[in-house]
Amino acid sequence: MANEELIPIYIMNKQYLVPPTLTIMKALEYAGYKLIRGVGCRAGFCGACATVYRTAGDYRLKIGLACATMVEPEMYLAQIPFFPAPRAQYHLEELKPDMSALLKTYPEVLRCLSCGTCTKVCPQDIDVRDYMADAMRGNIAGVADKSFDCIMCGLCAARCPAEEKQYQIAILCRRLYGKYLAPRAEHLHKRVQEIMDGKHDAELIRLKSMSKDELKKAYYARDIEPE
Amino acid sequence: MGYPQYMRDSIAKVEATRPRRLQETFPMLTAQEKQALLEKFHPDYIREAMRELRVGPNKGTRTPHELADLLEARPLLDPAAVNLDNVDYETDVLIIGGGGAGSAAAIKAREAGAKVIMATKLRHGDANTMMAQGGIQAADKENDSPAIHYLDVMGGGGFTNDPDLVEALVKDAPLVIQWLESLGCMFDKHPDGTLITIHGGGTSRKRMHSARDYSGAEIMRTLRDEVRSWPEDIQVIEFAPAVELLMDENGRVAGAVLMNLETNEYLVVKAKCTIIATGGSGRLHYQNYPTTNHYGATGDGLVMAYRVGARLAFIDTMQYHPTGAAFPEQIVGLLVTEKVRGLGAQVVNIDGEQFVFPRETRDAESAAIIRECVERGKGVTTPSGIQGVWLDSPMIEIIHGPGTVQRELPAMVRQFGRFGVDITKEPMLVYPTLHYQNGGIAIKPDCTTDIPGLYVAGEASGGVHGRNRLMGNSLLDVCVFGRRAGITVGQHFREVKPGKLTLSHLDRWEKQLKEAGLDPKVRAPILLPDYTRRKGV
Repeated sequence: MANEELIPIYIMNKQYLVPPTLTIMKALEYAGYKLIRGVGCRAGFCGACATVYRTAGDYRLKIGLACATMVEPEMYLAQIPFFPAPRAQYHLEELKPDMSALLKTYPEVLRCLSCGTCTKVCPQDIDVRDYMADAMRGNIAGVADKSFDCIMCGLCAARCPAEEKQYQIAILCRRLYGKYLAPRAEHLHKRVQEIMDGKHDAELIRLKSMSKDELKKAYYARDIEPE
Repeated sequence: MGYPQYMRDSIAKVEATRPRRLQETFPMLTAQEKQALLEKFHPDYIREAMRELRVGPNKGTRTPHELADLLEARPLLDPAAVNLDNVDYETDVLIIGGGGAGSAAAIKAREAGAKVIMATKLRHGDANTMMAQGGIQAADKENDSPAIHYLDVMGGGGFTNDPDLVEALVKDAPLVIQWLESLGCMFDKHPDGTLITIHGGGTSRKRMHSARDYSGAEIMRTLRDEVRSWPEDIQVIEFAPAVELLMDENGRVAGAVLMNLETNEYLVVKAKCTIIATGGSGRLHYQNYPTTNHYGATGDGLVMAYRVGARLAFIDTMQYHPTGAAFPEQIVGLLVTEKVRGLGAQVVNIDGEQFVFPRETRDAESAAIIRECVERGKGVTTPSGIQGVWLDSPMIEIIHGPGTVQRELPAMVRQFGRFGVDITKEPMLVYPTLHYQNGGIAIKPDCTTDIPGLYVAGEASGGVHGRNRLMGNSLLDVCVFGRRAGITVGQHFREVKPGKLTLSHLDRWEKQLKEAGLDPKVRAPILLPDYTRRKGV
């Protein structure tokens, strides 16, 4: 590729010329980095590749996932592969799904300033401030629902002036909701009991003893639940 | 960004046929049609892509060249660089791999009283489990049963699956959902608590449970958080992949040598039981396919197990997911969840016409898409020269009501939205992408292998899915067999007294290579793919 088709980017202040069609992650590799930190699923699900950058002539600090953000000319970037925000020590069964759980584990939740910096930096466009407001009220279900798409990249915690660990609070609330507050699936517990009681064994043994041809016949003759 | 005009012209045809197609059901393939389609168009049937292994327990077994190169390779480890008398860690259970299977195993082994070390190549949770979107199967509805699930699994796998493993999979499935709920997983539910379940390719009942389209992420982050609840019992060592298994003088696997990826130091771990939960190998890019897989999916576990003599099963079959993104260029090969078709979206060609039932098993669906593009010339070619067909996601809004796509598929909306494609209004261009390693290390239902001391769970194992895995059975597999591996080692570890550590199997391997007339230059495991100085992938 001719040089004029490449654009300059600055990886930790060092200039590299890269094709303009690449994501930040692929540009890092194009530049010669074999990544160990700051790379994971490469598809926007794991939160390993949080990146901060500025572009020429713009005072604002921008953020993105390296795997899902395209390079721009004159982009100055650094990855934040790790930010210290350790999980509180708890066992789920010792907590109740209300404010007491949060006060026990992350009492600093009440220091939130509602400044909204977290919402601004979230690469998933989650309204982090909003769920933090729910957390301060002990609304576990609200936090669980609103934070659901969190990939735990840690950018919210990295930028928080109140030193919150928003994403850690969020997963605690989701687990509390899933375990204690979500409506119970009766059909599931009934089926588990049937299996424990051996009620499905005979039918499985019958299928397992079939020849390949018999099994094939049964498979292609099976009825299919309509849409 | 977004679609160029010529692609919009084809989308106009998709929109024009949509009202008619909403009334139409494309017929399913018969058994004969399916077999003929697979043989002609599925990548597993391309003979030149494979070769027979020339060394090791699977000598004579066909496998893709990319994997064969690693299975026949020399060790990455220089035995002279390791002092086995200097044991860095001693533990009851060593788990290699920090994904869904490894985490489930850690939780169950700890419950049984074992001290656990989990070694993982990158971060805990960096795994294909995290990326699974669509869901997890379990027969827990009134009109369903483990037996019906069994039949679907066997048919999906071409009736080649190991029946005992399938039985374990389907019988444990409802237990796994219950267990995950008890750990705090948030599955999609109706207000009365009934779990929301939909169809997947090859299912005869709606038994796909989901957590929006973050199903795997929800399971992975919950299991990870649970593991982190027990730091006194489970030590997680990140950025430290295993590079070789250790044996003891009695022929038992007795731990592994890890490598600190950041300092390149070796660490010797001595263990009573060793579980391989290293996942798949999509990053080997079989037949040059792009992949949906995690960066670390390089088949390390297969390589290490093979060298200590463990037998592999079904390693000539890989799963190509029918719907990988074909546009935009930045996300080529990434997964477009099968849930899109489960919710009613059809697959259509450049003229907006259906050519395959949308929920064939993945092998057949992929083969049909390849045929449509390669043989019939009815694919759409992208500006970067990739072919694809349309996955008509806007249909979902018509069938289930406005807002469904955003609610059910937030990750997909976000993924495409970042590049200017609104999947609530525009279809996605898709083409098969390398997704899953159908086979792996042969296991029994309790996750034991041919080699004492060695246990395997999850994608690294082989047999349960036969020649083709159904959607939603991989998240299930990692949970079912991860748990089983943990339970089994929990029963075994107290009886084990590991002897003196040895790497003598590497000498035997070198001898076998010589006898086979091989002098490989490749060293394996490779740990990570090398994408430096490259534009694609």
